[in-house]
Amino acid sequence: MALQTTGRQRWGWIGADLLIIVIVAVPLWWLISLSFKDPSTITNGSFWPTKWTLDNYRGIFSTSLFTRALINSIGIGLISTFISVVLASFAAYAIARLEFPGKRVLIGASLLIAMFPPISLVTPLFNLWRIIGLFDTWPGLIIPYITFSLPLSIYTLSAFFREIPWELERAAQIDGATPWQAFTRVIIPLAMPGVVTTAVLAFLYAWNDFVFAISLTSTNNSRTVPAALAFFTGASQFEQPTGSIAAAAVIITIPIIILVMIFQRRIVAGLTAGAVKG
Amino acid sequence: MSQAEVAAEAPVAEPRRRRVLSERARAERKLGWLLCFPAALVMVAVTAYPIGYAVYLSLERYDLRFPANTAFVGLANYWTVLKSVDLWWRAFGVTTLITVVSVGVEFVLGMAVALVMYRTLYGRGLIRTSVLIPYGIVTVAAAFSWQYAWTPGIGYLANLLPSGTAPLTGTWSAIGIIILAEVWKTTPFMSLLLLAGLSLVPDGLLDAAKVDGANAWQRFTRVTLPIMKPAILVALLFRTLDAFRIFDNIFILTHGAANTRSVSILDYDQLFTAFNLGVGNAMSVLIVIAVALIAFIYIKAFGTAAPGQEVRR
Amino acid sequence: MAEIKLEHVTKRFPDGAEAVKDANLDIGDGEFVILVGPSGCGKSTTLNMIAGLEDITEGDLFIDGERANEKAPKDRDIAMVFQNYALYPHMSVRDNMAFSLKLAKVDPETINRKVEEAARILDLTQHLDRKPAHLSGGQRQRVAMGRVIVRDPKAFLMDEPLSNLDAKLRVQMRTEVSRLQKQLGTTTIYVTHDQVEAMTLGDRVAVMSGGVIQQVGPPQELYERPRNLFVAGFIGSPSMNFLPATIEGSRLHTPLGELELPDDKRRRLEERSSVPRQVIMGIRPEDFEDAAMVGDKAERGTITRAKVDVLESLGSDKYAYFTVQGERATAAQLEEVARDVGVDEVSGTHEGIQVTARLDAASKAAEDQEIEVWFDLGKVHVFDPDSGENLTL
Ligand SMILES: Nc1ncnc2c1ncn2[C@@H]1O[C@H](COP(=O)(O)OP(=O)(O)O)[C@@H](O)[C@H]1O
Ligand SMILES: [Mg+2]
Repeated sequence: MALQTTGRQRWGWIGADLLIIVIVAVPLWWLISLSFKDPSTITNGSFWPTKWTLDNYRGIFSTSLFTRALINSIGIGLISTFISVVLASFAAYAIARLEFPGKRVLIGASLLIAMFPPISLVTPLFNLWRIIGLFDTWPGLIIPYITFSLPLSIYTLSAFFREIPWELERAAQIDGATPWQAFTRVIIPLAMPGVVTTAVLAFLYAWNDFVFAISLTSTNNSRTVPAALAFFTGASQFEQPTGSIAAAAVIITIPIIILVMIFQRRIVAGLTAGAVKG
Repeated sequence: MSQAEVAAEAPVAEPRRRRVLSERARAERKLGWLLCFPAALVMVAVTAYPIGYAVYLSLERYDLRFPANTAFVGLANYWTVLKSVDLWWRAFGVTTLITVVSVGVEFVLGMAVALVMYRTLYGRGLIRTSVLIPYGIVTVAAAFSWQYAWTPGIGYLANLLPSGTAPLTGTWSAIGIIILAEVWKTTPFMSLLLLAGLSLVPDGLLDAAKVDGANAWQRFTRVTLPIMKPAILVALLFRTLDAFRIFDNIFILTHGAANTRSVSILDYDQLFTAFNLGVGNAMSVLIVIAVALIAFIYIKAFGTAAPGQEVRR
Repeated sequence: MAEIKLEHVTKRFPDGAEAVKDANLDIGDGEFVILVGPSGCGKSTTLNMIAGLEDITEGDLFIDGERANEKAPKDRDIAMVFQNYALYPHMSVRDNMAFSLKLAKVDPETINRKVEEAARILDLTQHLDRKPAHLSGGQRQRVAMGRVIVRDPKAFLMDEPLSNLDAKLRVQMRTEVSRLQKQLGTTTIYVTHDQVEAMTLGDRVAVMSGGVIQQVGPPQELYERPRNLFVAGFIGSPSMNFLPATIEGSRLHTPLGELELPDDKRRRLEERSSVPRQVIMGIRPEDFEDAAMVGDKAERGTITRAKVDVLESLGSDKYAYFTVQGERATAAQLEEVARDVGVDEVSGTHEGIQVTARLDAASKAAEDQEIEVWFDLGKVHVFDPDSGENLTL
């Protein structure tokens, strides 16, 4: 950066960095702290557990309520991510590279969907899913997740596709490749970083969703963790489920922290690609 | 086609040939449609069709408890909704308040965070990771953290307050906490979009302004902000639309108690506690209309910098 | 191997820009044809239409006698070297070269043999398993060549294949390309904006300007008998000198003096139905000589006196720049040349017209001294300033 920084300013920036880290960390630590608190101390309000225990974790993993929900979350998340990325990479390639009538309509439509309020679909989908038997099934959640992750996936991927030199595809055509072969054997391998980023973003969406998860499910069959959390009860009727919920919340946050740590640079690039470069 | 055939056919075919697309262009067209078809199909099937269905249901009296009583009632459901000051308009007011305050606060904080991220020389990865965690974390998980923090007897924050106060049960304090949770969770998204805008500002330009005698604040308001304008608009638009559909945080923090229902929560309750599909769908349609209006106002008010542009080649 | 024929080919882009206008070109089997012209004149577009990467708006393309306008690139059996090489970054050199053969489902043994052979010819054997990113510019260029020669296609198309190399490597690769083409005997169309490359490489050269093919012919013919001002100015380095002139009877009034054109040229002018009075005279720097060193061809030319402004000695010969009185010749085609070449003057500010003359290395000419220069009247061209046409052909 060309701007000069004096020593005092530098400490100022470092202070700002630390402040951000603390603000992010406090609510996280609070969840972790709660999850390790013994039931007898859970209401002591202290920021640090005074009596550490793993009982909350043991507790949630011993009930099918949580384990089933975890399996649902992972399964539904992975399947919808996979399908969304595949569909988005087709569409994004077409948008970035091909000339065909109707292209602008598709771009406009996906922009609309990016703005669409999901709650408005809940009532009609609830009714529809019950009629066609998708209510409380995996596909019943996978389908809306694909839909709502598609716009961002298409934007992110088409930004990546646009950065691949045009000449490579021409070269592939000259080398005798059909457009499909040029896509699968030249473009996709080169766009792999973009594909991975897109997959992470799509997965985060599905992992995070709550609106569809509580509306379109009714049992352990397909309830994902965020929805299951809302139905948690304590080990006994008289016990608050605070510790269990905190432990479950920590568990579903771990994959996010891992993903974010590995892919931080790419997630930033992916999120901003759609907004600025386009 | 052999050359002889071409020659024989040429006089007749000549005017037509110009319109014939080459095999390559035709293949390109076909491939374009083929590639877009699945994505377009899913998007249309899951939004356009249900919303059409919602419009249809919204015109019916349809209570899940009395399915036999279903009948076409025209716009009556909309009338029911729009004249219910206590339900719809209160929820609308709460939603608008939360949207305006949280987007405003997020813009200021997001800009600050974006500047910090832009200027950070050491530990960029660490800062990026910290900022991305709220973005990535499951909203419900974070909402539980806030809920417990403010629950008397459990939370570290509630314990800071005079004993006997239960902030989540008062309307204003609860809305404040909802906004806090929302701001914590979504400021990162705002700041990332703003960061993208910041990186569009050429360093040389700032140096030139410095040489021209502009101080830091002037450089920021006279050079940086105008150049960032498109990115700012995109960030504001997306966050406004997103905040307007707030659901998860309220559901966990108050579940709409203490008059903190947003329009999304109200709509949800129509279906799952009142079982009134007709009225619920009328609300769904009204929410879509409200969102469309917000987008329309943004695009009209800021004219050329509409987000549709971002996708133009 | 194949013949390639363009008949009245026109390319109009969707935005209305006409990049190629009514191009006719007949390329024989095994011929090495160069497309040369300033940047933006439509060379790449022409090449891309032949390859099938761009549609032909009007006209016909024949490959081996078969109309190929609508054929997909993969069905044309044509190989291409791109300006930026377009090597697949995720594939090794071996896989880059083998890609087309794999797509054509050639058996692995044959692929391997062909790739190894191409690598041997191009001196790439020890780099076969590297990725393009780890190669030097020259090596990448050779991989691009390798990708083309393993295929044994009907034709090679090359779009400024050497323009990304430094000057020394470019000369070296130029010879290499020429040698390879002769060895393989494959029909080749080679695009360049560098007229030196054009003159040294091709069997025939097609000069393009503004989307129009100006002249097609062997290099020597373009040099000696340019059809118009553009070709005359574009071909040859340094550029031909252009001076305004007036025809008076059989004589030519020029800033270099009154010239009596040789019989054959005079007859050509007389044969024309109408010749403008105001014309442009062209004479190449190479057709000048120090009057003291002309020797026995002296009677073919005439002598003029001039004061040398600048003298450049290249060792093998000397370039003398001098100024003659008069208005600089103007014509649309000359401006086009000037735009491309940059104005070829040592110092462009002074009054009058600058003339460049190449003199023998032994010439006694010196700066600021007057000398007598001789020039060959047989090499004088007369052009119509409006159409640019060479009137003495
Ligand atoms: N896709 C396109 N759309 C519109 N105009 C184009 C396109 N490609 C090239 N052109 C125009 O056509 C002309 C010829 O371009 P090109 O064939 O690339 O020139 P060259 O290779 O001789 O430098 C140029 O004026 C260029 O601007
Ligand atoms: Mg070119």
